[in-house]
Amino acid sequence: MSRRDAIDPAAARRAADAVPSIPCDAEGPVFREPWEAQAFAMALALHERGLFTWPEWAATLSDEIKRAQAAGDPDTGETYYRHWLNTLERLVTEKGATDAKTLSRYRDAWDHAADRTPHGEPIELTPEDFGR
Amino acid sequence: MANHDPHHHHDHEHGSELSETQLRVRALETILTEKGYVDPKALDAIIEAYETRIGPHNGAKAVAKAWIDPEYKKALLADATKAVGSLGFASRVGDHLVAVENTPKLHNMIVCTLCSCYPWEVLGLPPTWYKSAPYRSRTVIDPRGVLKDFGVTLPSDTDIRVWDSTAETRFIVLPMRPAGTEGWSEDQLAELVTRDSMIGTGLPKAPGAAS
Repeated sequence: MSRRDAIDPAAARRAADAVPSIPCDAEGPVFREPWEAQAFAMALALHERGLFTWPEWAATLSDEIKRAQAAGDPDTGETYYRHWLNTLERLVTEKGATDAKTLSRYRDAWDHAADRTPHGEPIELTPEDFGR
Repeated sequence: MANHDPHHHHDHEHGSELSETQLRVRALETILTEKGYVDPKALDAIIEAYETRIGPHNGAKAVAKAWIDPEYKKALLADATKAVGSLGFASRVGDHLVAVENTPKLHNMIVCTLCSCYPWEVLGLPPTWYKSAPYRSRTVIDPRGVLKDFGVTLPSDTDIRVWDSTAETRFIVLPMRPAGTEGWSEDQLAELVTRDSMIGTGLPKAPGAAS
C-alpha cells in the first residue's frame, strides 16, 4: 500500500492561527432533519444514474463550502447539508437535468401548496399550485 | 411568493409552513422524479439503509474479524474494498477503501481537508465534527492537539500519520486490539470498536468499559 498520500503535518502548516476546538457529538443519528436525508439520498441516486462522478461532486461541494465560508458561514458542520443542497442544485443545472427557472417555479408551487394545506395534514403538490 | 389576497395573513395562520430549505429540497425532488432521474422509493430505501443498516457496526465487524483472523487482516490491509465487500458491505459509491493499521509506534487519523469524504459503507454517515472546518484544518496542523480534545493522549514516541480522504480514496483505521481480550469472540470484540477508533480520534473501549 502506498504511503504517498499521507500528509506531512509540517508541510501543511499554512493557517496555523488559533481555531476553536472541535465540537464532539455522541454517536447517533446524523440527519438532524428529514430534508437532510432527502438531499443525501438524491446525491447518491443521481450519482448512480451517472449524472456526475464523485470527484466532480467533491470538487463542487468543496467549492460551495469555500463560498459559504467566504460569506461568513462558521462552517461548524451544522450547516453542512446546506452546502450539500447548493451542490445538488448547481450540479443538476450544470448537467442540464433542469434549470434555475424550473427550480424556482417548483419552489413557489410547493410554497403555495404548504400555504393552502391545513396545519398537520400532509402537503401535496397539485397542478393548481403552479402558474399563479 | 406573492399573495395579494387580503385574507392571506389570516389563512396563513391556519396553513402549513415549509422552510426555504424544505421548499428547495421538495422542488428538486419533484422535478427529478418527474423527469425520471430519481425514484422516491429508491430514495427512501437509501435513507432507510443509512439510518438503520449502514453504520459504524459494519466497520467494527471488519476490525474485530481482523483482530481474530490473521488471513482476514492481511486481506483487509491489502485491499479493504474487497475485504469489506466480502462481509456484504458493498460500496454504493465505487470508491477505493484503504485500511491503515495502528501499531505501538504509529497512530493513524483520517480527515477530509476539502469537504467530507468518508467511508460511508463501513462507518455510516460522518459525525458533525468530521465535517467542521476546525477538524478539517486542525487535524493536519496539530493532530496531537486534536487528539487531546477527544481525550486521547498517546505516548510521545508514537508517530501520528494523517490521511486525507478524497472522492476516490477513503480510509478506515484498524485500531490496536485492546489488552485483556484474549479468547474473546468476534462479536464481543466488535462491541469494543467505536466509530471514533476507526477515524483515529479515539481508541477502542477497554474490556472493562464495554457495555
